[in-house]
Amino acid sequence: MLTKVFATIAVVITGGLLLYGVSDFPAFGDPHSPANAGVGNEESISQYFITQTYKDTKVPNIVTAVLADYRGYDTMFETVVIFAAGIAIFAILRVTGNEAEKKSIKPPLDSSINGDHQRIIVGTTCRIVIPVVQMFALYVVAHGHHSPGGGFQGGVILGASFILVAMSEDLNAALRRFSEKTYLTLACVGILIYAGFGLMCQFLERNFLDYGILQKVLFTDGPEMARSHSMLGVEVGVAFTVTAIMFAIYANLSSRGVLKNGL
Amino acid sequence: MSEFIQTNVQPYFNFWIYVVLMMIGLWALIAKNNLIKKLIGMSIFQTAIILFYVSLGVKDGSTIPILDHHGPEHHETADAGHDDVHEKEHGKKAEPHHADDHVGPNPDTIANPLPHVLMLTAIVVGVSTLGVALAIGQMIFKEFGTLEENEILEQIKAGNVDD
Repeated sequence: MLTKVFATIAVVITGGLLLYGVSDFPAFGDPHSPANAGVGNEESISQYFITQTYKDTKVPNIVTAVLADYRGYDTMFETVVIFAAGIAIFAILRVTGNEAEKKSIKPPLDSSINGDHQRIIVGTTCRIVIPVVQMFALYVVAHGHHSPGGGFQGGVILGASFILVAMSEDLNAALRRFSEKTYLTLACVGILIYAGFGLMCQFLERNFLDYGILQKVLFTDGPEMARSHSMLGVEVGVAFTVTAIMFAIYANLSSRGVLKNGL
Repeated sequence: MSEFIQTNVQPYFNFWIYVVLMMIGLWALIAKNNLIKKLIGMSIFQTAIILFYVSLGVKDGSTIPILDHHGPEHHETADAGHDDVHEKEHGKKAEPHHADDHVGPNPDTIANPLPHVLMLTAIVVGVSTLGVALAIGQMIFKEFGTLEENEILEQIKAGNVDD
């Protein structure tokens, strides 16, 4: 009880200070706020991105260009964060051998009670939906630098399609299609693709992840197109890692690390 | 009255909502006894921050930060190769060039892309931390048979922990 009183006091004080601070904010939607237009005569970084991105990279989706090129380091270690989270979950939950036998969850759905007709509805729907979801995911990844999308978004959709298999049938069915070995390899491959693009730039005597020089390898018209193509490659790497880790998180959490039966 | 609302409430209303959301999340983080409820609080807190950042990038009357790059005019302006110094002027000068069929790179007509990028990153980190937190929660449940904080603390004090 006392905790709740103190918590309420602390939260009200914090919230009150923030609400007081809000009155100094620029109005919502103001195009000339410091974040949008910079302070004084100085151009803000976002204005630079809006005006220069297409010239620098030939990528119309500014968000992807900033993500994969201007802030390439950030995104690479972002991918590493996801990878690390997947490995942490693997380390915390995964059990094998005798312990796995003990902890294995019995299949929760007894088909005699549940009725086969329900499975038919769910199964048929998922068989129709999953290929469409996967194609859409590949589109989101491959077209991410021209339309809304990118590696993270497409990777999550692709991972969700495998989670849908696991939920509509069971985890074993999903693991037959996307085994533990596959997804752990895929997670590593994704990061290696990303880091590989960076290292390739270094071998061509530029900075890490400075894609412009890759025109020598990719045989493009100029450094801009090289940047555009490299962004696509990097996004594919991100998508691999995200797909694998999303499914790994679900598989480990839903089966308590046994990777059998599951929810 | 409506004037008062327009000048004093409307510009800040959504920021107030984010503060309230953040307060809900913070309260759940501190006061809730159940670890899963604490995680829900953490997610609400994160959502408030994400909404806040994205709303900083909103510009009235602006469109999404994806340029329309069809048509030959754009290639002309893209290859013109102006200096970086006068970008603002360049953006405004370039506008009549392709005002007919698509939006030129005039910063005022395109939403700020930077908050979108930063929050994409934050969402990803949020998912990862939530996943790891749930995994740890599962192990805590396996160890103590409960997710209530006070019961776990009692068990730890009683020494019911096998190392």
